Amino acid sequence: MAFEKKHILGLGELSAEEIKIILDTAESMKEISTRDVKKVPTLKGKTVVNLFFEPSTRTRSSFEIAEKRLSADVLNFSASQSSVVKGESLVDTARNFEAMGASIMVIRHGMSGAPFVLARQINASVINAGDGSHEHPSQALIDIFTIREKKGGIEGLNVLIVGDILNSRVARSNIFGLRKLGANVRIVGPATIVPEYFSEMGAEIFYSLEHAIENVDVVIMLRVQSERKTLEYFPSLREYSGLYGLTREKLRLAKKDVIVMHPGPINRGVELTSEIADDPDAVILEQVANGIAVRMAMIYLVALGESL
Amino acid sequence: MGVLIKNGRVIDPSQSLDMVSDVYVQGDRVKEISKRIDTPRKSDTVIDASGQVVSPGFVDIHVHLREPGYEHKETIKTGCLAAAAGGFTSIVCMPNTNPINDNASVTEYILLKARTEGVVNVFPIGAITKGEKGAELADIGEMCEAGCVAISDDGMPVTDSGLMRKAMEYVRPFGIPVITHAEDIGLSSGGVMNEGFTSTELGLRGIPAASEEVGVVRDIILCELTGTPLHICHVSTKGSVRLIRAAKKRGAKVTAEATPHHFTLTDKEVYGYNTNAKMNPPLRTQEDVDAIIEGIADGTIDVIATDHAPHSQDEKNVEFDLAPFGIVGLETALSLSLELVEKGIITLDEMIKKLTIVPSEIVGIERGTLAPGSIADLVVFDPGESRTIDPGEFSSKSRNTPFSGWELKGVVSNTIVSGKVVFSRN
Repeated sequence: MAFEKKHILGLGELSAEEIKIILDTAESMKEISTRDVKKVPTLKGKTVVNLFFEPSTRTRSSFEIAEKRLSADVLNFSASQSSVVKGESLVDTARNFEAMGASIMVIRHGMSGAPFVLARQINASVINAGDGSHEHPSQALIDIFTIREKKGGIEGLNVLIVGDILNSRVARSNIFGLRKLGANVRIVGPATIVPEYFSEMGAEIFYSLEHAIENVDVVIMLRVQSERKTLEYFPSLREYSGLYGLTREKLRLAKKDVIVMHPGPINRGVELTSEIADDPDAVILEQVANGIAVRMAMIYLVALGESL
Repeated sequence: MGVLIKNGRVIDPSQSLDMVSDVYVQGDRVKEISKRIDTPRKSDTVIDASGQVVSPGFVDIHVHLREPGYEHKETIKTGCLAAAAGGFTSIVCMPNTNPINDNASVTEYILLKARTEGVVNVFPIGAITKGEKGAELADIGEMCEAGCVAISDDGMPVTDSGLMRKAMEYVRPFGIPVITHAEDIGLSSGGVMNEGFTSTELGLRGIPAASEEVGVVRDIILCELTGTPLHICHVSTKGSVRLIRAAKKRGAKVTAEATPHHFTLTDKEVYGYNTNAKMNPPLRTQEDVDAIIEGIADGTIDVIATDHAPHSQDEKNVEFDLAPFGIVGLETALSLSLELVEKGIITLDEMIKKLTIVPSEIVGIERGTLAPGSIADLVVFDPGESRTIDPGEFSSKSRNTPFSGWELKGVVSNTIVSGKVVFSRN
């Protein structure tokens, strides 16, 4: 099936059909990871640049492994060691890599919309690896892929997202994607970081975790991002953890076969007790493993324009 | 030497005039307006204004000229050329240059530059506080003597209400108004666009309407406390319109302006992270636009002003968070204002009033009228002629407009300042 998007900038601008193509392609990619030789020659001779303007270990590593399994030449660029500190603009930086032959750019940036600025002005394909508080499409695709794998489908599921919705790019991408695929999305957290505008995006808003969790199939716990000044929105981590931390008791209110997800890195004892993080209901490490397959699919599709 | 403008529809709200007639300008003054004036002298310039409107030149009381300090964005010369091209004969410029216009020597520099290089009248606004830092009063009296027509810390609202009160009290004997960019910085909290559904979807930090409204209400209260005339810049929210309407009803000496972009566009323009839709106050919702239009219609909003804020392409071609606030407006204001007339919200006469005599009176300048004997600042324009907005043709040094490619009506054919044709389309 043809995949016509040149860039993957967010789930907000992908159709349900396009999301399904990515998920199906990721299934084929996952099979590659089970082989002895975990590599295919598909992108041989192509250069992929990972432009990381914000620190990240897991997303960058995951993209890098995905690119290498597709046999692409990989270049890593991080802002700290770059000319950005010398005042070079985002577009100029990207154009330099383009001049060196890069045909795909994976970009992580602290400011919302940065990948859109690039996509408008360069010829290479752009994949958004997280922009400000806007979108984190690869993470949401991983979450959706994992849910589909565990539950057999997305439509009609009750999915609860817990935490700092306002500042979370994972939340936005998941709301867009899950709604498009027919899930019911609930969000819960302190009123300061769960603005009412999200109901216009199709999410149902709660302020009590005990109420929100009733009858849900999936719980996605968001990280408390202290580096993003989340802490100005509620009094203390202790209070937050008491109200919105996931415990065994609260989890009992969900469906029996509930699964618990977390995009990582986990603050043990804040969002989740260790008991839950290490519980078989939690699929957190499976998310990480699926991450490579999903990212391979994203790169593959923007490079080749069709599914396997 | 004179200029004879023949056969135009002369509209001058200051004299309740609206009829087809000829206008004769002699030297720098309006000499005569009557049905038929024959060319008195051979050396006179004759302009055929058949089918066009002749009115007092427009007066924009909210312009950023960027000189001194940011000449890569705009100079006094290019800003004046942009004004002339847009039909403006007088512009009132904000003090946030570098250095800030917070003392008489900067005021004098601006006036000198305007006299030698500018084709339209430039009236400077002095800062309220030194360096617009909100800590100590600027040299208000000296700036007033040097030619400032108002004081404002536009863009950097005075957060200390006690200091704002002192500024308003201090300036009262000088007879000039305080112009306020009303905003509560704490509520804006680093926002870059209107807080609402769009900002939520885009993951951009929002500036709530309350941020402006808290500022508006504070400054209205201080206006009523001190009795100093207060002019409120670029009203962008429904709540502000309501607050201003109520204040006027009580008899407060409050006036207000709206910009063409705030009565035309909503925050949906930001989709795609369009930095030419980034300004402060930000574009709001349709409900706010409707309220502003209602305020324009019922007189709550006295003036149309542009908040002409030039920025270079390099400065705007960046991540949305990093782009500076502001768009150019001088060369699109007439066409966008005519849309209000086209839609039947205000009459052509009312539109011209909000662009001429009313703004002139607010800052106390003797402009905005064609009364015989007054300074001959005029504009001749065709309100029905179509144009496509092409920023490449702007006289301004900058092209940061969200209206590129728009099909609008209203073309300026001649702009006359002190009896001299400073812009002519042919």
